[in-house]
Amino acid sequence: MAFGQGRSGGGGGRGRGDKKPGDKEKGQRRTLFRRRKVCKFCADKLDDINYKDVKLLGPFVPERGKILPRRISGTCAMHQRKLQLAIKRARQIALIPYVTD
Amino acid sequence: MSDRQYELVYILPPDTTEQAVTDLHTQVEAVVSKMHGQIEKTENWGRRRMAYEIGHHKEGVYVLDVINGSGELMKELDRRLKVMDLVIRHMVVRVDEEKKVVDRTRTKRTTESARRRVKRGLPAVRQPGEGRSADGEDAEDDRFDVGEV
Repeated sequence: MAFGQGRSGGGGGRGRGDKKPGDKEKGQRRTLFRRRKVCKFCADKLDDINYKDVKLLGPFVPERGKILPRRISGTCAMHQRKLQLAIKRARQIALIPYVTD
Repeated sequence: MSDRQYELVYILPPDTTEQAVTDLHTQVEAVVSKMHGQIEKTENWGRRRMAYEIGHHKEGVYVLDVINGSGELMKELDRRLKVMDLVIRHMVVRVDEEKKVVDRTRTKRTTESARRRVKRGLPAVRQPGEGRSADGEDAEDDRFDVGEV
């Protein structure tokens, strides 16, 4: 799916880093790249967010190993909650890292 | 009482023999049947790379058991697995309630869409090639918008 692109296209962690310098530039980028954000789980009608499904959870855990915030992924509140639980469970059994340096 | 469903995942060291895996599984089975539960299914995921090291192991043999039983049973299993040196990590998750919710929303959605489609004079199930194709203009849209923070 086109989802993999989201990760390579900056990921959550990096986007936050290069936000600070140059507000002007940021304003331009916003108008250029603004896209309607949709909750992936609502759009694809995925009811079950399972901790065993690493492929599904992967895009929501960027390089650093942190959970991608809602404001970036566009996930709705309900699904973010379920996603959060699934990621935490997957971390416990070492399917997803807690931290990566 | 004992109509709860749990999932048990445990990880064994990568150098564990097939024999040891089946041995452990029979041990789990014994506990389950003793406490009036039953194993619905077992999945052996085999050796896979772990996301982080656990006890100097980089890989592990994953085994998943879906167990129907009481909370006491899972408590006992949890206690025993904790003591076992062979098991490097295990986790018990209750799944029946979540499953129920998922099933409910899924059936609700399908019946609802069928009802609406019938009302519009269409066949109840979506036909192949109908509506917008998946690779239409929206295909690019689910990229993360990093610009807006």
